[in-house]
Amino acid sequence: MSEPRPRLGLFLLALVILVGTIGFLLGIIADDKPKQTLTAGPMNPLPEGEVTEEGIEVPRPPFSKDIFPCSDCHSDMDVNPERRELVEEHTNIVLHHDEKNRWCLDCHNANDRDKLHLASGALVEFSESYKLCGQCHGEKMRDWRAGVHGKRTGHWRGEKRYLLCVHCHNPHSPRFEPIEPEPSPKQPEELFE
Amino acid sequence: MSEERDHTTDRGRDGRGVRAPLGTERARSETAASDHSEMDRRDFLLKAAVVTLGTVTLASCDEATREAFFQQHFHEMSADDKAALIARHQAAYKEKYGLNFEISVKGPLDGVQYGYALDLNRCVGCRRCEWECARENNCSRDPEIHWIRVLEMERSHGVDVLEAEQYYAPEKVPVLDQFYMPVACHHCDNPPCVKVCPVTATWKEPDGIVVIDYDWCIGCRYCMAACPYGARHFNWGEPKISTPVACEELPAAEGALQTAAEYPRPHTRDCVNTNTHALGNVPRPLGVVEKCTFCIHRTREGRYPACVEICPVGARKFGNLLDENDEVRYILEHKRVFIFKEELNTQPRFFYYYG
Repeated sequence: MSEPRPRLGLFLLALVILVGTIGFLLGIIADDKPKQTLTAGPMNPLPEGEVTEEGIEVPRPPFSKDIFPCSDCHSDMDVNPERRELVEEHTNIVLHHDEKNRWCLDCHNANDRDKLHLASGALVEFSESYKLCGQCHGEKMRDWRAGVHGKRTGHWRGEKRYLLCVHCHNPHSPRFEPIEPEPSPKQPEELFE
Repeated sequence: MSEERDHTTDRGRDGRGVRAPLGTERARSETAASDHSEMDRRDFLLKAAVVTLGTVTLASCDEATREAFFQQHFHEMSADDKAALIARHQAAYKEKYGLNFEISVKGPLDGVQYGYALDLNRCVGCRRCEWECARENNCSRDPEIHWIRVLEMERSHGVDVLEAEQYYAPEKVPVLDQFYMPVACHHCDNPPCVKVCPVTATWKEPDGIVVIDYDWCIGCRYCMAACPYGARHFNWGEPKISTPVACEELPAAEGALQTAAEYPRPHTRDCVNTNTHALGNVPRPLGVVEKCTFCIHRTREGRYPACVEICPVGARKFGNLLDENDEVRYILEHKRVFIFKEELNTQPRFFYYYG
C-alpha cells in the first residue's frame, strides 16, 4: 500500500506545473491591462456666427459678396421711392415673391440702408430677418422657433445654431430649387465587382 | 542515511525507481484491474496533453488574440476590462489605418430618452444623410454599406414599400410627383432584432439606443431577418475604408448653406472618423452585423447626429423625449405623425411627420 504514493507525487507535480503555467499566462494578461481614461474625442467647435437680441445664435446672413454694408454705396445717394426696374445695379435680383404687390422698399429700409423694416415701420437687423418673414408666414415662424421648421446644428442638449429663413430660401425668390442628389448606393449584384 | 542510499541504488539499477524490486506485487496489481489506476493514468496523460497543447497554442498567440479570447460580454466588463478593450482596439486600428482612434465607452445620460423625427414634406431625397452617415460611422466603402436608405415613392400612392425605389438617379431632386422617405434603424422599444439574437450581442440601452457589440456578434443574421425596416447590414466582405486620412484633416463639409452649389457633397469626403464609440462607429470586422446607432459617439456628448447636421432642408430632428421643450416632443404634440409599420407593434423611436 506504500506504492501509489510516488505516482500521486508525479501527478501532483504535473498538475502544479500546469496550474503554474496557466497562472503565469493569466498573470501576463492581467498585468498588461493599461489604465486609460474613458472619454470621447474633442468635439468640433461651431463655426462663427452672431447672436440676435433674442439670444438666438445664427450664422452670418448670406449676403452676396462685398455687398454689405449697403450704406457703403447708398449713404451718398438720394432715395428714389418710385417703383421701377433696376437697370444699373442689383440686376441679378429677380423678385419672385409676391412681386405684384411688393418692391424693394417694402422690406429694405429707405433711410437706414443697413436695416430692414417691418410693416409697422420698426427696424430690424438682417440677422433678425425671420421677424420680417414671420409677418406673413406666422405658422412657419412658430415652427422655426420651436426648432421644427428649418435647420439647427450643434447640440441637442446645449449650444445650438439656427439657420435663418434666408439661408435656405432666397428672400427674393424663396422657392427651394431642386438640387443634385448624391450617387445611388450600389445594387447588390454590383457590390463585389 | 543508509536507507536513503538504498533507495538511490534501487533507482539507479533499473531506472524505474522503488517499484523495481517488487516485481511480484506489480504483477498482482496489474491483474487486479488495469481497473482504475492504469486507465486513470492514460486518461490523465491524454487530458494533460490536450491541456498543454491548448495552453501552448494560447501562449503562442499574441497577447491581443489571447485577450480577445478571454473577452467578456460588454455588460459584464469592469472599467479595467473596458480600458483593456479600448487599448487593444486602438492598437489594431493604429496598425490597420495608421491613425490614433479615440474610442469611448460612455454610458447613457440620466433622464434622457432619445427620439427622432423626419419631415416627409421637406425631404428632397438628396441622399446627403446616407453618405454623411457612411463617412461619420466608418461604414465599409467596398463593399458598400449604408445605414440609411432613401426610398423614392409616388405621391399619388403614398407610402408603399413594394413600389419604392432606392436606386433612383435623376439629375435633380425632388422629382415632380415623387416623395422621399429615408429609412434607418427605428430603435424600437419592442425590438424584434434584439429578441432573436441567440447570443445577446445586440440590446437596447437605457436611453433607447439599440446597439451591437461587434466583438460578441456571431454573424448569424437572425436580426436582419427579424427587422421589418431593413435597417441591419452584414459585412459580407472585409470592410474597406479606402483612404486612411482622419476626417479632421479634411476641410469641413459644414458651414452656412447659401446656394445649392455650396451644399456639401459627403460622398467625396473619403476619410476615417477617429472619434468613435465602442458600440457605434468603431471600424467593424468581417462577418458582423451593423446599423444606425443614432450616432452614439455624438449624441451621448450632447451633439446632434451627423445626418441631422448635414440635411440641407432641415427635415431631420433629434432630441430628448423627456424634455418638454424639445423639438421632437413638440412634433409629437403638434404635428401629424406617421409611424412606419405601426401594425407590427415595434414601437419605434423614429417618427415621420408632415411639417
